[in-house]
Amino acid sequence: MMRIPFSYSLRNLWTRRLTTVLTAGGMALVVFVFAAVLMLDEGLRQTLVETGSPDNVMVIRKGSETEMQSGVERDKAAIVESQPQVALGQGGLSIASKECVVLITLNKRDTVKPANVIIRGVSPMGMVLRPQVRIVAGRMFRPGSNEVIAGRSIAERFEGAGLGETVRFGAREWTVVGVFDANRSGFDSEIWGDVDQLMPAFRRPVFSSIIFRLASTDQFDAIKQTIDDDPRLKLEVKRERQYYSDQSAALSKFIRILGITLSVIFSIGAVIGAMITMYAAVATRTAEIGTLRALGFRRASVLAAFLVEALLLSLIGGGAGLFLASFMQLITISTMNWQSFSELAFSFTLTPEIAIKSLVFSLAMGLCGGFLPALRASRLGIVDALRAA
Amino acid sequence: MHAWKLILRNALRHKLRTALTLVGLVVAILAFGLLLTVVDAWYAGVEGASTSRLITRNSVSLVFPLPLTYTQKIRQVDGVRAVAGANWFGGIYKEPKNFFPQFAVEAGTYLDLFPEFILDEMEKKNFQRDRKGCVVGRKLANTYGFKLGDTVTLKGTIFPGNWEFVVRAIYDGRDAKTDTSQFFFHWDYLNETMKRLYPRRANQIGFYVVDLVNPARAAEISREIDAQFKNSIAETLTETEKAFQLGFVSMTEAIVVAIRIVSFLAIFIILAVMANTMAMTVRERTAEYATLKALGFGPAFVVTLIFGESMLIAVLGGAIGIALTFPVASAFARAMGSLFPIFNVSLTTVAMQVASILAVGFIAALFPSRQAARLNIVDGLRSIA
Repeated sequence: MMRIPFSYSLRNLWTRRLTTVLTAGGMALVVFVFAAVLMLDEGLRQTLVETGSPDNVMVIRKGSETEMQSGVERDKAAIVESQPQVALGQGGLSIASKECVVLITLNKRDTVKPANVIIRGVSPMGMVLRPQVRIVAGRMFRPGSNEVIAGRSIAERFEGAGLGETVRFGAREWTVVGVFDANRSGFDSEIWGDVDQLMPAFRRPVFSSIIFRLASTDQFDAIKQTIDDDPRLKLEVKRERQYYSDQSAALSKFIRILGITLSVIFSIGAVIGAMITMYAAVATRTAEIGTLRALGFRRASVLAAFLVEALLLSLIGGGAGLFLASFMQLITISTMNWQSFSELAFSFTLTPEIAIKSLVFSLAMGLCGGFLPALRASRLGIVDALRAA
Repeated sequence: MHAWKLILRNALRHKLRTALTLVGLVVAILAFGLLLTVVDAWYAGVEGASTSRLITRNSVSLVFPLPLTYTQKIRQVDGVRAVAGANWFGGIYKEPKNFFPQFAVEAGTYLDLFPEFILDEMEKKNFQRDRKGCVVGRKLANTYGFKLGDTVTLKGTIFPGNWEFVVRAIYDGRDAKTDTSQFFFHWDYLNETMKRLYPRRANQIGFYVVDLVNPARAAEISREIDAQFKNSIAETLTETEKAFQLGFVSMTEAIVVAIRIVSFLAIFIILAVMANTMAMTVRERTAEYATLKALGFGPAFVVTLIFGESMLIAVLGGAIGIALTFPVASAFARAMGSLFPIFNVSLTTVAMQVASILAVGFIAALFPSRQAARLNIVDGLRSIA
């Protein structure tokens, strides 16, 4: 079977430039929205997954969904800390951090609008447990002092949280002596201080959570069993990663549902645009199609040529949309996470998988929009078509 | 007169193309209206909030409570009509996804501060008499099928344990702006239980609602209340209920901005489709326009034809889209359950839809009509599509 050359489809698109640009433009916008939503969801996922380390375990009060709502008494914390599954560090100290997590209200620099920021009181082992956290400016806070360190995105965006500035809470002034980078994880949106200073300042007699490292990964089930079975404790044990991905479940679901709904609605518009263009292309080229058929090209070849044209059109649109969406990586979104009621900063993240999904999506739109017109083109009778001119 | 007939005939010449364009327009205008309504719903709490009520809370943040003793001190401030404390409960009804706001309130006074909640006097008395009683909003009752006398169990997240309540009253809203998806129960019930289990957390109030005699003095009274507790262990922050609600909304502003941007993208997409349709139409009819010109019709007539057709299709599609917005919005509201307590299509939304439809119809016709108006008769007659 003789195939209609590829350049035929390509040149047709070029001849009707305005129409091609408008149709591809509409598709580009749809692919842009589609890709942007996937990128946002991926950014959120990466931020929160990166927050947890695979060997770290988080212990909070049973039934409390977040650290903020949890409370763990000192005696219970001591029991957890002394379990044999907890890894030991230098000098035989257990690698565990008893932490106090509360929300405070700070004003944003640019808008002076208040937002909730997490303040985390950490034990000396807190930094060891989070190897992704590095001080990038200033220094670590001195234990036992009114000093705190701020995450990168908090230091940039909130009044009083920059290096050398002071924030006031718990009836005391706290000096920010360092800024830390947590490798784009959720900790970037937190302020850290000494737990033994923060607890009395907030008048909290209990810890919020205990985070510890497992001596070996496979002992998670064992320690979970021990803690679940101990009637004194009433605590919940979760892997740190699990905890943070649960935290973002609602936000992630919202982004995904909104994004998919929008993509579906918009793609209807784009498919219709492609369909109109391709029907018009067929209608105006009726005589041409008749000529092709008279030359000996089969129906299937005509069908293929028009489908290729529609797919090319959608590929141009998809490529353009993806190109635009890739610039979204420069933008950081900061919003309130509903589950923790606290500020969370995350950015659009483009992965190869998202790029492929977007292109496949655009090709699917082209296929949907192009199939019926191509079918019509292939069904034209030779004689009638030639007469149409 | 001639022009109208011709416009109508022209619009119907390619029935399939016109139909497809119409469907595209309907979908886009519908999506646009729906997205704007979602943004409105986001601000619904602010719209429904009163400026004559103040909210007093801990200045550090909402997670820190205030002592019960503040009730008396706030009541003594000049210009305060009434005050009632409440706690955010944050319980889970069966599953975390069944979210609705729950408050432990001072049963004797709290509901009186909200004249927009309409309760049956008998039911209200029943609620006040029963320490385990609760009051639910009409919308909440409809969503989960709560009836008077039903037992509702919530799993506490902030206050541990399973909590049982008996539905004693159902309130209606005074108007469409009133949130009827809330759940109120006795603060005493919460406090007695906490006293028994966690004495450290007893006698605490999450926030106070303060009713004013004269709303004009809101700012002054807010400052006065805060001054009372300056330098105490729990300093307060007092603002109007509206400002308080707005504070919550502004924390999720990034999402609202994103929805707004996307809603305008919808208009751009449909503009591309519509402009494409008009560009193709004009391209195909180049020879006809040349004929009209050769017959003596001026460029203005040709331009009228093109604009008329574009506007006709746009207005028709827009009208269907706007008409569909109302039933679709109410279906969407039902599907979302209690997530958006108030979900109404506002007049502004409809106005925006109308404006964008006219803009799309106009812009789509702009380039093709300029081309057609400038058309040289000889070239036009010679052209093939």
